[in-house]
Amino acid sequence: MNGGGVKHWTLHLALIAVLFSAQFWLSPYHATNLARIMILAVFAMGYNLAFGYTGLLSLGHALFLAAGMYAAGLPAQLWGWTAGPVFIAGIAGGGLIAAALGLLALRTAGVSFMIVTLMFAQAGFLTLLYFAPVTGGDDGFAVAASSRTLMGFDLSTDTPRFLAALVIFGTGLLLSLALVRSAFGRTMVAMRENEERSRMLGYNPFSVKLAALTISGLYAGAAGAAYAILFGYVGASFATIQYSILPMLYVLLGGAGTTLGPLLGAALMFVLIEAATGLTTAHQFIVGAALVTLVLFAPKGILGTVRERWVRWLP
Amino acid sequence: MAFGPFLLLALMEGLVTAAVLALAAAGLSLVFGVMRVVNVAHGEFYMLGAVLAWVVTTMIPGPPALAFLAAIVIAPLLVAALAAAADGLILKRLNYDPEATIVATIGLLYILQQAALSLYGPNANPVTAPFEWRIQLPWFGYSGYKLFVVLAAGLVLLGLWLFMTRTKAGLIMRATQVDRMTAQAFGINVDRVYMGTFALGAGLAALAGVLIVPIQQAQYLMGHDPLLLSFIVVIIGGLGSLRGTLIAALVIGLSDGVISMFFTPTLAKILATLLVAMVLVFRPQGLFGAKS
Repeated sequence: MNGGGVKHWTLHLALIAVLFSAQFWLSPYHATNLARIMILAVFAMGYNLAFGYTGLLSLGHALFLAAGMYAAGLPAQLWGWTAGPVFIAGIAGGGLIAAALGLLALRTAGVSFMIVTLMFAQAGFLTLLYFAPVTGGDDGFAVAASSRTLMGFDLSTDTPRFLAALVIFGTGLLLSLALVRSAFGRTMVAMRENEERSRMLGYNPFSVKLAALTISGLYAGAAGAAYAILFGYVGASFATIQYSILPMLYVLLGGAGTTLGPLLGAALMFVLIEAATGLTTAHQFIVGAALVTLVLFAPKGILGTVRERWVRWLP
Repeated sequence: MAFGPFLLLALMEGLVTAAVLALAAAGLSLVFGVMRVVNVAHGEFYMLGAVLAWVVTTMIPGPPALAFLAAIVIAPLLVAALAAAADGLILKRLNYDPEATIVATIGLLYILQQAALSLYGPNANPVTAPFEWRIQLPWFGYSGYKLFVVLAAGLVLLGLWLFMTRTKAGLIMRATQVDRMTAQAFGINVDRVYMGTFALGAGLAALAGVLIVPIQQAQYLMGHDPLLLSFIVVIIGGLGSLRGTLIAALVIGLSDGVISMFFTPTLAKILATLLVAMVLVFRPQGLFGAKS
């Protein structure tokens, strides 16, 4: 894991360079889709740090996404904050809620952890509906143009939006690579592989898992805030269970515990659903069939299988 | 209306909710107890029961009572057969790994919901109640069918309890629940027990769906709330304990009825979901379950 440092960084920087060049050879429509995929991938990267590396199978990440989205959207709506502070508020919101939930939910493990996170996320969603006069409920609200500008750039236009999404994604990707290569990253994997043994070696599983879940929440918060700023919409529908399932699906498809899996999974699912739109409206069927197929036939996902069979050094 | 009768009405409505909930939750509890599988698609079996009841009653001509009788037999059987197939094709291949089966049943939820949307459509359709009695109380009239639902659910739960405690099949199921390996060593076909349990659990959810459909219309998204409430009931009652499930269904159903009527249904659900999360965190064996 610690070897191949040059290879790891080269691979990730090359990927970011390719994504940067995409704005020149993709149509504006597809570039906007790519920006959306990158934001979804940030969300999935956060999920991957909790699930893929630390082994925390959460069904509540929609809560963190929505926390980031509303922590960004409400100050923009109520007090007219600009994009910079709004984004930071969103990241903090996601991390804060994740830490608070972790303090309670991490007392449980396995199936109980899944249900507890599911229940808290559901309570969060219902709370957003309950305070519909402020949150906009299911309809949500549009983020004002003044809160979507950063240093004079209008982030609702194509090129600045794409670049902002790329910067957020690139930063998230490199940070996650640095994290999983670090000593703490290996401690996270130790929690996944054998919690009892790592406890015996002197680690405190609770604090390691809490830190991992909080980092995961920071990513989800960043994705939620970025979505609010770049695409200008905030709504309670992002707190539904569907948005807890989607990052899990992306990570399972791309490969849990691989740094590039979340992007690959998000991109593939996006393309798959986009391609199927011409044939059928049965989006949910594709999501469902993908979940069942993956868990039955390819539990390691694409990059997990690639790493196992061919490219052993893949981070 | 004065406060007293209003409360009575809220409690009666709550009792109907509790009865249907107890049926659905008993199915979920049975599947979890025997197979250790958390079936996220359970609400969809409930929805399928309601939708199939509509299909059966529209296809069978004749008096509503007869058509409804046919639905109450046919719909749960069809859903049970579907669940048995899902068990053989998916869950068994996953070796009933708890986390993998949750992911798989989430997938199943999406597939079933989409199937209902594509084949049945987005509309809500009513089913005529088998009879139209009204019971006139001094303050308000009340639907006789709703009381029939409570009675029917009570009888089915009594039957389930007798089945589990007094028959050989129930004994085999309980043996498998206590120790799968030992049961297998004694020649019990565990695969068949699991398939039967999953089918029975799904059939109970479908039966609940059939019973509710003359009160609530059949719609493809209707499985969501019962799933959530069943989870709440099963967890508060103690996972795998049938008696606890029944008590919790009464508590949740009645309080849901009262809180929904005096406040809002959303607030009732927020409180219930928070309660269940807290129970799982601080008392994982459930409020009524024994410490293991």
